[in-house]
Amino acid sequence: MLALQILIDGFAISALYALGATGFTLIFGVSGVLNLSHGAVMVTAAVAAWAAGSVLHLNPYADALVGLLAALIAAMATYFVSVQPIQHSRRIPGEEKEIFILTATLLWGIMLQELVAYFFTNNAKTVLPIVQGVVSILGVRTPRNEVFTAIVCWAVIGLLWLLVNRTKMGKTVLAASMNPRGVTLLGHELTHIYIVVWAIYGILAGIAGVLLGMFLGVSSYSAGPLTASAFAIVVLGGLGSVSGSLIAAYVVGYLETLTAYLISPAYRSIPALLLLVVVMYVRPQGLLGRR
Amino acid sequence: MPSRFRSPLLWITLAVLVIAATLPWYVSAYILGLLTVAYYFGVFAMSWDLLFGFAGEVNFGPTFLIGVGAYTAGILNSHYSVELYLCVAAGALAAVVAGFVLALPALRLRGPYFGLTTLVAVLILQSFVVVFADLTGGEIGLTIPDVLSINAGVNYWIALGFMAVSGAILFGLAQSPVGLILQASGQDPVQAGALGFNIIKHKLAAFIVSAFFSGLAGALMVFYMGTASVGTVVDLAVGVQVIVAAVLGGRRTVLGGALGAIFLIVAGEFLRPTGELATFIVSSVALLVILFFPNGFLGAVLSRGTRS
Repeated sequence: MLALQILIDGFAISALYALGATGFTLIFGVSGVLNLSHGAVMVTAAVAAWAAGSVLHLNPYADALVGLLAALIAAMATYFVSVQPIQHSRRIPGEEKEIFILTATLLWGIMLQELVAYFFTNNAKTVLPIVQGVVSILGVRTPRNEVFTAIVCWAVIGLLWLLVNRTKMGKTVLAASMNPRGVTLLGHELTHIYIVVWAIYGILAGIAGVLLGMFLGVSSYSAGPLTASAFAIVVLGGLGSVSGSLIAAYVVGYLETLTAYLISPAYRSIPALLLLVVVMYVRPQGLLGRR
Repeated sequence: MPSRFRSPLLWITLAVLVIAATLPWYVSAYILGLLTVAYYFGVFAMSWDLLFGFAGEVNFGPTFLIGVGAYTAGILNSHYSVELYLCVAAGALAAVVAGFVLALPALRLRGPYFGLTTLVAVLILQSFVVVFADLTGGEIGLTIPDVLSINAGVNYWIALGFMAVSGAILFGLAQSPVGLILQASGQDPVQAGALGFNIIKHKLAAFIVSAFFSGLAGALMVFYMGTASVGTVVDLAVGVQVIVAAVLGGRRTVLGGALGAIFLIVAGEFLRPTGELATFIVSSVALLVILFFPNGFLGAVLSRGTRS
């Protein structure tokens, strides 16, 4: 019974992790940017959805839409404030741009987080779920919201796969991740591709953020740990490898759920972090990464 | 060598230090307390700059080293009543060991992977502090019975002297041939390696020196504050503040780190009336500096000096 419960709970939380990490890895794969404001963007989405529900009294669907929009705006702002100026800067030498972007996105994330805390306090907030009630799966009482979360996450990941592999725009994005110079030679403006990718990222992070708000609740304090867990999952799976991060999301998700159920919720994040350190020692390129 | 003694930077630094040393005679204890903390932060930022500015490695976990130093000293003092100076020495030593354990695997990694490992180290340390609450005081913090001194002026002089000595050693190291090799391996590891320098060994040495000063400063700060808590020595926010201080002051200058730290702490105090927005304002100023003056305060001054 407990095993089944862990299996179900772990599946839902892992799906959420997978969705959050997919956007993160997409940005890295295409533009080589590690976005350290990722957690703050997700928190912004969740808190915006919460505010739409409890301040403006909209219905849950409208809440989710508001959250999504907030994440989209936050993601575009991240790109235009803390990524593009550095990519275009002439004063920062090329080999140091990576570090500058890391620092700038980190600072931008703190600014977002502080703004959220200033306007909406840093209390934990739970977004009103779109579907309510419980359903029995093989005898385990499971909130419908949990099932909904898992389905939406996988549906969105599926759509993303279709978008990248089956549409012209997606193929351009894929090509840009393999050979940016080649793509520009074919007449595509690289900046346009980046903007498209950041918009997709914003939508992915927004969906993940709103679902997280419905499932576990968030506070402005969650921003740092959320960034760290996405970062950890992506590195565990291999930077830039989407299928790697999906597998890693499940490894981390189940590890955390197992620890929370069998030992104590207080130790929840420790085994995953230790696993990450071990992987760093043994296989720095991650599970499915190439170097 | 003699040209370095003719450089105005040395004389300006000395003059500023002498003026700073006379402050306890005519400044309130409140301002002294503020500056004392700022000086310890200055050492954090300078040790971080040795790694980032020279070795080219971005260490997202300066607080891992600081925290290990601070907690080792604190735990020894409060649970085992070990003498203060031994505690500080043990703290610095523990930070060096922790730095070695962290750096050995992490330095095999490049760029973001190294940064991530250091970031994860902080999160692990933070979890352990919370989990082993009996030993570490958990989220509330550890109360330290011993203090460096009860006199604000003496505390201030200890911090100032410590910052001056650490700054001199770190600056000297950065200007030495070893510093040049570090800089070369930070900028082009392949070419530096081809010239016959052992890059890993140099970077490891830089990491250990950085860890030593971070741990020492962390341990001393604990005895100044009388408490060690996650919020003051381990939290990622503290690490971010150290990084911002170093970048603001000017990377690759070492001394800029101290400037940046003093600026940050003093600015944070001036912004206190704005309440919760203080962190927001400090982060935005830091972001603007990074975007528009990537060389920082001291970097901007120095580059103007060489151009004229």
